[in-house]
Amino acid sequence: MSRFSVGGMIELEGLTKRYGEKVAVNNLTFTVRPGIVTGFLGPNGAGKSTTMRMVLGLDHPTAGDVRIDGKHYDQLKDPLTYIGALLEAKAWHGGRSAYNHLLCLAQSNGIPQQRVREVLETVGLTAVARKKTKGFSMGMGQRLGIAGALLGDPRILMFDEPVNGLDPEGIHWIRNLMKSLASQGRTVFVSSHLMSEMALTADHLVVIGQGRLLADTSMADFIARNSKSYVRIRTPQRELLLDVLHTAGITAVETGNGTLEVDGGKAEQIGELAARHGVVLHELSSQQASLEEAFMQLTAESVEYHAHSGAPPAEQQRPWGEGWRRS
Amino acid sequence: MSTPQPPMPQTAAPNWQAAPGSSYPTYTSPIPVVRTHLGHALTSEWTKIRSVRSTMWTLGVFVLLVVGLGLATAALVAGNSSDGSLNNENPLSFGVFGLLLGSMCIITLGVLTTASEYGTGMIRTTMTACPSRGRVLAAKAIVFFVVAFVVTLASALLVALVDVAMLDAREPTGQEWLKGTVGISLYIALLGLLSLVVGSIIRHSAGAITIMIGLVLAPLVIALFMFAESLQDLQQALFEYSIPNQLSVFYSQSLSDSGPSGWDPLWIMLGVTAAAFAGAYGLLEKRDV
Repeated sequence: MSRFSVGGMIELEGLTKRYGEKVAVNNLTFTVRPGIVTGFLGPNGAGKSTTMRMVLGLDHPTAGDVRIDGKHYDQLKDPLTYIGALLEAKAWHGGRSAYNHLLCLAQSNGIPQQRVREVLETVGLTAVARKKTKGFSMGMGQRLGIAGALLGDPRILMFDEPVNGLDPEGIHWIRNLMKSLASQGRTVFVSSHLMSEMALTADHLVVIGQGRLLADTSMADFIARNSKSYVRIRTPQRELLLDVLHTAGITAVETGNGTLEVDGGKAEQIGELAARHGVVLHELSSQQASLEEAFMQLTAESVEYHAHSGAPPAEQQRPWGEGWRRS
Repeated sequence: MSTPQPPMPQTAAPNWQAAPGSSYPTYTSPIPVVRTHLGHALTSEWTKIRSVRSTMWTLGVFVLLVVGLGLATAALVAGNSSDGSLNNENPLSFGVFGLLLGSMCIITLGVLTTASEYGTGMIRTTMTACPSRGRVLAAKAIVFFVVAFVVTLASALLVALVDVAMLDAREPTGQEWLKGTVGISLYIALLGLLSLVVGSIIRHSAGAITIMIGLVLAPLVIALFMFAESLQDLQQALFEYSIPNQLSVFYSQSLSDSGPSGWDPLWIMLGVTAAAFAGAYGLLEKRDV
């Protein structure tokens, strides 16, 4: 009974995956909740796909645990009607038609056959349903993968990089699809390496880098914390403007391409100052630091941390041959 | 939110578009929840095997080889044998050439049934749909074995009937009929099943097919070049237990008088396949997909 009233939680506890020496996923602990879109963000090779494969029981964790409503994936008796997943693109036999591919999936979980036509309709592949999937474009392949995830009308959906290879119309469609799935009370867990994409769809954000958890926060929090606003100015009278701003106690930073940037939301004040002192402005605009930059900073730190900790301290490095040449 | 969901299977017309703002805290699918079992996996695997062209190709070439070579051999023998020279021959035995060559097709199909899923990435989808890996392997094995057995039996039976009708040989006994049709078909289907299992272990189509064809041909070829006196026993064993010779045992036509006889080849193949199956199952459970 409880399965019908609460559920749809994916819980990771100290999840770790090691391939020999390399740690792909390092002690991940977080929870994915129903009713919202949870973005799973990280640069390429951060361990997103490995984590998702462990959720689905495809890869065995080296340590830690991942459970879906308290169960391991292989304990689910109705996997496809419980959790649907889009993994890497084109995870199917190219010689089989889209219809037959979905049919064999439906049959393996006792899902009514009419559902195959319905999901093909949903993803817009009805016209090519009987064609071999070998000839599918990347976008069509992505749609077929999404059809497979939706087949069992599951309460949990996982999408690994769903916008890859989709055209703008397709990207728009998948964004709306994920939002509407979440609004129906489903759990939507979607990975991406694009912060901008996540900013548009995700309500909650889990960021990993080099397999380690870097952030587990609501999207609103992440934006508030990371998107500082600033004013961008372009002027042919740069020295004059800098003087004016300095006198007014405003610090401007020169950026590489000849523009000035001022922190905080003071566009009006700067405009009035410039007018009063007769400074010509070519641009005066309020800007928001992109979330992409914030994300890059966040993940770059993790990369740097690893690089430094692995390298020997500089003072111990001696020129080559020093040890034997002088002795 | 307090409305309890009826625990019985939902009989109402499915409404795929769940009402937005539904009163349930979590989404409840209108699709009736089915506890999956082996039957589901079998239906799924049947759809898979019949919906790819490689199945039609390999089985088509198999039938062509078995029936074509069988008929050609019968015609050739019938045309070139003098009266009464075949009196003591088992007429069914002329089907063995086609079956030996045709077994390559069954090997290929068996390997492709498992290994191609690794090549295409389909295996991840399969194992997500059915997380019980043993069930997947079992379903593949059963579906493939039945298909291979039925097709081999039909082809072998056709050739046998033509042989008996065309050749001026003695009437085969009931036991010979059984061994020459059902027996050899079981053997070839098992050889295919072994290939399927090897495909699951190797996870690479070309590699697994090479191994299996090597297994069929290598013992005989190696034995041919064993001239040393001290290796005579080994040479003898390689001849006797080579798969081509095991095939001919089904027609009581072994290369030698010792070695496997009667139904022995079937039990040997059964044992080898069972052992390989156990190994494949263990690896499947242990390895990442």
